[in-house]
Amino acid sequence: MKLNGKQIPIVYSLFLWAAIWELVGRYGGLAILPPLSAVFEAGVEMVPTDKFKSAMVVTLDAYFRGLAMAVAIGIPMGFLMGVSKTIDRLIGTWVNIFVSAPLTAVVPIFMVILGIGQATVIASVFLFAIWAIVLDTRAGVKHVNPSLPEMAHSFGASRWLIFYRIYLLAALPEVLAGIRLGLIRAVKGVVIGQLLVAITGIGELFELYSRNFLFDEFWALLLMVFAFAFATAEAVGLVEKRIEYYARTR
Amino acid sequence: MNQVAKNMTETKQDTIVEVDGIAMRYEGGVQALKGVDLKIPSGELTSFLGPSGCGKTTLLKIIAGLLTPTEGEVRIRGKKVTGPGPDRAFVFQDFALMPWATVQRNVEFGLELRGMPKDQRGEKAVKYIAEVGLAGFEKSYPHELSGGMRQRVGLARALAVDADILMMDEPFASVDEQTRRKFQEDMLDLLSKEKKTVIFVTHSIEEAVYVSDQVVLLSPRPGQVQRIIRTEIDRSKSPDEIRRDKNYLDYVDDIWAVLRTYL
Ligand SMILES: Nc1ncnc2c1ncn2[C@@H]1O[C@H](COP(=O)(O)OP(=O)(O)O)[C@@H](O)[C@H]1O
Ligand SMILES: [Mg+2]
Repeated sequence: MKLNGKQIPIVYSLFLWAAIWELVGRYGGLAILPPLSAVFEAGVEMVPTDKFKSAMVVTLDAYFRGLAMAVAIGIPMGFLMGVSKTIDRLIGTWVNIFVSAPLTAVVPIFMVILGIGQATVIASVFLFAIWAIVLDTRAGVKHVNPSLPEMAHSFGASRWLIFYRIYLLAALPEVLAGIRLGLIRAVKGVVIGQLLVAITGIGELFELYSRNFLFDEFWALLLMVFAFAFATAEAVGLVEKRIEYYARTR
Repeated sequence: MNQVAKNMTETKQDTIVEVDGIAMRYEGGVQALKGVDLKIPSGELTSFLGPSGCGKTTLLKIIAGLLTPTEGEVRIRGKKVTGPGPDRAFVFQDFALMPWATVQRNVEFGLELRGMPKDQRGEKAVKYIAEVGLAGFEKSYPHELSGGMRQRVGLARALAVDADILMMDEPFASVDEQTRRKFQEDMLDLLSKEKKTVIFVTHSIEEAVYVSDQVVLLSPRPGQVQRIIRTEIDRSKSPDEIRRDKNYLDYVDDIWAVLRTYL
C-alpha cells in the first residue's frame, strides 16, 4: 500500500484495518461484529479459563499427532513417488484427486469408522496436511541432479546412505515448503474435524459461542487460530530462508 | 582390427583394465555399445574419443561399475567388476558437487564414505585442495566458484581417495578455452606426480592427443572400437612446443581423417 508515494509498513495497514473494525463494530449496529476492543477483552478473559485450556490441550494434541503422522508418512511416500516411476503411476492419480478434493466431505466417513472423538480429528488433520507434503517432496526428489546419487554410489555409498545424505538434503527446500503448507492445512483440518465432531476442543468452543451468540468470544478464538496458523508457517519459513542459499544454485 | 592387435602387442606395460566383449542396450532399446574389447595399460593415460552420443560415457560408467553391461565383462587386474570399488575414482562431467556443502566437505566426501576419521580426512582434503590450486577456498560453496574451479574440486575429491584408476568424463567440457589449457597442463603435472592410470573421455581431438598415451577411437552408435592410436610424443617439452610438434600435428590429422568419415 502506498500513500503520497511512500511505502506504508504492513503494521500500519494492520492498524488501519483494526481501526475500521473498531468503528464498524461500535457504530455499525451488527450483532455479529462486535468492536475489536471487546473481542480482545473477551480473549484476555477467556485464555486463563479451564475450559479454554483443556480445549487447547485437546486441540494441540490432535494437531501435532495428525501432523506428525502426515510428515512421517508423507515424506517417504513423496520420496518413493519421486524415485520410482511405477509407484508414481500407481498412487499419483490418487494423490492428485485428494489434493484437489473437498476433503471436508470425507471427514464424516472417519466418524463412521473411528467414532466421534479425538481419533477422527487426528485423521482429519492428517488428511488435510499430508498431500502438500507428498507432492512437494516428490517434486524435490525429482529435481535432484542425477549425478549426485551416482557420485555417492561411485564412492561406495549404500542405498540408505544415498537416501539421507543426498536425496533428503538435496530435496530439503521442497520438503520444508511442503511441511509449511501442511502446517497451514493442518489448522484447517483440526478446526473442521472438531467442528464436525462438535464435542471436543476448540470446535466445541466455536459451536458453543456461535450457538449462544457470544460473538466477542467467537471472534477472539478465531483470531487466535489465525495467529497460530500464521506463526507456525512463518517459523518454518524462517528455516526455509536459511537454507535457501543453496536451493537457488542447484 | 589388425592395427589394434599390433598396438596391443607393442604395449609393454601391464594391463590393468580389460574390457571384454562389452555390449550395452539401454531400457527402451538404444544400443549404445557393441562388441567392445579393450586393454588399458597400467600407469598410462588412455582417452576415449568419438562423436557425441557414441557411448563414451556409457563405456566409462561400465568400467566404473555404475552401469551393468548387457553383455561381456570388465576385469580389473583380472577381477570381474560388479560395482564401484576403492580402486577407481570418478570425475563427473557436471562436477556432481553437493551444493549445500563447502569445498572442504565436498572433497572429504569420498574419504568419509571410506570411513576415514575426521581429522585425518580434513588434513588430506586440505592437501588436495591445495594441489589442484584452490588453497584458500576451503570454506567456499560450489555456487561461489567458476566452472573451472568447480571441476578442480571434483578432481581433488577423486584424487583424495587415492584410487589407482582415475576416470574422467569430459572434465573440461564446460570450461572456457584458456582455463581449459591451463587445467590440462596442471592435470598432466599433477598426474606425473601421482602415478595413476587415467581413463579420460573427450570429444576434442587436440585434447585427446595432447593429454594421452593411447587414444581409443569409437565409432558412432552403437559404439565400437574403431582404432587405437598410441601417441609417441616427447612430453618433456613445454606445452607450447608440444602443440607445434610434428608428431602431435600428424596424430591430430590422422584422427581427424577417421572422424570426418562419420560426419
Ligand atoms: N539412461 C539412458 N537411457 C537410454 N539411453 C541412453 C541413456 N544414457 C545414454 N543413452 C543413449 O546412449 C547413447 C550413448 O550415450 P553416451 O554414452 O552418453 O554417449 P557419449 O558420452 O559418447 O556422448 C546415446 O544415444 C544416448 O542417447
Ligand atoms: Mg558423454
